[in-house]
Amino acid sequence: MSERIDVSIESKQPEGPSGKRHPNTCPVCESHYRDDELAEAVWVCGQCGHHFSMPARARVDQLADAGSWQEEATEIRSDDPLGFFDLRPYSERLVEAELNTGLGEAIVVGSATIGGHACELAVMDFAFMGGSMGSAVGEKFSRACDSAAERGLPLVSVSASGGARMQEGILSLMQLPKTVAAVEDMHDAGSPLISVMTHPTTAGVLASFATLGDVIIAEPGALLIFAGPRVVQQTTREKLPEDFALSESNFRLGHVDAVVPRPELPSVLTRLLGLFANAQ
Amino acid sequence: MRSEAELRLRERLSKLRSMRLLSGARLDGELERLERQLELMQAEPTEEEIWRSVELARHQDRPYTLDYVERLFEDFFELHGDRAQGDDQAIVAGLGRFEGRTLAVVGHQKGRDLKERTARNFGMAYPEGYRKAMRTMRLADRFGFPVVTLVDTPGAYPGVVAEEHGQGGAIAASQAVMLRLTVPTVACIIGEGGSGGAIAIAVADRVLMQENAIYSVISPEGCAAILWRDASQARRAAEAFKPDAAHCLELGVIDGIVVEPEGGAHEDHDEAARLLGESVREALDELDGVPRDELRRRRRAKFRSLGVYA
Repeated sequence: MSERIDVSIESKQPEGPSGKRHPNTCPVCESHYRDDELAEAVWVCGQCGHHFSMPARARVDQLADAGSWQEEATEIRSDDPLGFFDLRPYSERLVEAELNTGLGEAIVVGSATIGGHACELAVMDFAFMGGSMGSAVGEKFSRACDSAAERGLPLVSVSASGGARMQEGILSLMQLPKTVAAVEDMHDAGSPLISVMTHPTTAGVLASFATLGDVIIAEPGALLIFAGPRVVQQTTREKLPEDFALSESNFRLGHVDAVVPRPELPSVLTRLLGLFANAQ
Repeated sequence: MRSEAELRLRERLSKLRSMRLLSGARLDGELERLERQLELMQAEPTEEEIWRSVELARHQDRPYTLDYVERLFEDFFELHGDRAQGDDQAIVAGLGRFEGRTLAVVGHQKGRDLKERTARNFGMAYPEGYRKAMRTMRLADRFGFPVVTLVDTPGAYPGVVAEEHGQGGAIAASQAVMLRLTVPTVACIIGEGGSGGAIAIAVADRVLMQENAIYSVISPEGCAAILWRDASQARRAAEAFKPDAAHCLELGVIDGIVVEPEGGAHEDHDEAARLLGESVREALDELDGVPRDELRRRRRAKFRSLGVYA
């Protein structure tokens, strides 16, 4: 569903022989899981450790202490300022995305505690139009920054995005400076941003709030790239390095602070939030 | 937003009209320019006109940053290098004097002939270019120099080394730097305002756009290839996402349209520079006297207000 919409997402794995793989089949080792098995394993393949994309609500459940999550800005929806129509109207794509994901937009924001530490949490969902950032995503993320700043708490963001939402034209590009401004206001209020990058974090989201994290954590094997690998390949006509633009090479090159497997995220975030709790 | 820009213009127009009675013919050119600006503001471009802008924005004889710099700034001193990795020639930066006051200038630079085009990488910057921009803007902030940026890029360079040097992070950081400055800042899109590579140096107090420039989240060809699965549908894509100045103004993304010479900026570089200089001066005048903290506060508030949602 998302393939037609993403700006620059590519799957780093080859397609299966039939061209379509069941979403519960591991693209690396072909292990297949029932829904409840995947959920139980926080969408990590038990055989090879591949990290599947994870629904935003499941991510909130994984990170937030039980009963602590209070969602905010639930009423915000995308509009269609350009009356954008490609092969289908944008408004129709939005309705379909909401029906498929049960989400109003590609991001959920709210307050929570993680390991007992109060924080604000913003989680993106790749299944909602490739996690693309339009005006609604920009507004919800900005409100999460304000909410963190007002309460003097850190913001933990979990990104998964193909970039800006083309269907909103230039206004989607404006969500880059908008979210950057929100982070800068939050920084001035003394609240840190802990940015967790998951597969994929690319283009407009990488080039705005995601890389402004005071601490940046990446999940294993996530594609973290500004342009898509296909674009890079076409432009440079070079053979791309084996782990090009994945979390591991980004770590080696100094762009992320740690590569943390998904099951360890709650404990790592708890430690970090504990350290920031001593900030003045 | 549109009405705010329009109001400012109408106010200037009426002031000028009353002054004309006193000071005669000298102001006629000025009046004509402002009237043309108002016309552009109210225009509703057709599909043909939008595509014409795409073509003119990329015209090989269109003036580039250094063409404007040599016509508008005295004693221009170019600053080279990012002090870490190299000197990216796709972005030029420097200090110069504009109507008597020192300014910092940052702009994308394309090349005229094959050799220069290659050296300038077709105006597509590496992270080093954005880091040079950042250090120049920080310097300006330190000494109270206003910053003028000229935007003209198909996009940030999509290459292996650019990614390895942190392209996404550099673009984000450059926006953050611009949102932290406490000096007046004016950006003008003078050709192609290509996505992240453009916004990296366009987060300014006043964002202007020449009448035939384009500003967009993706190139018409890129958009067509993804959404229509056919790059030859670029014209249709451009019509759908409306990268022209009139639509950018209507959406509140820019604050004003800069008039070009008849037929386009490539027809007369001197006149194009004169018209751009007038608009930059007006923008700087409007920002004069605003307290430094207030400039930053308003700039952030402006960019935080952009977007349309339900």
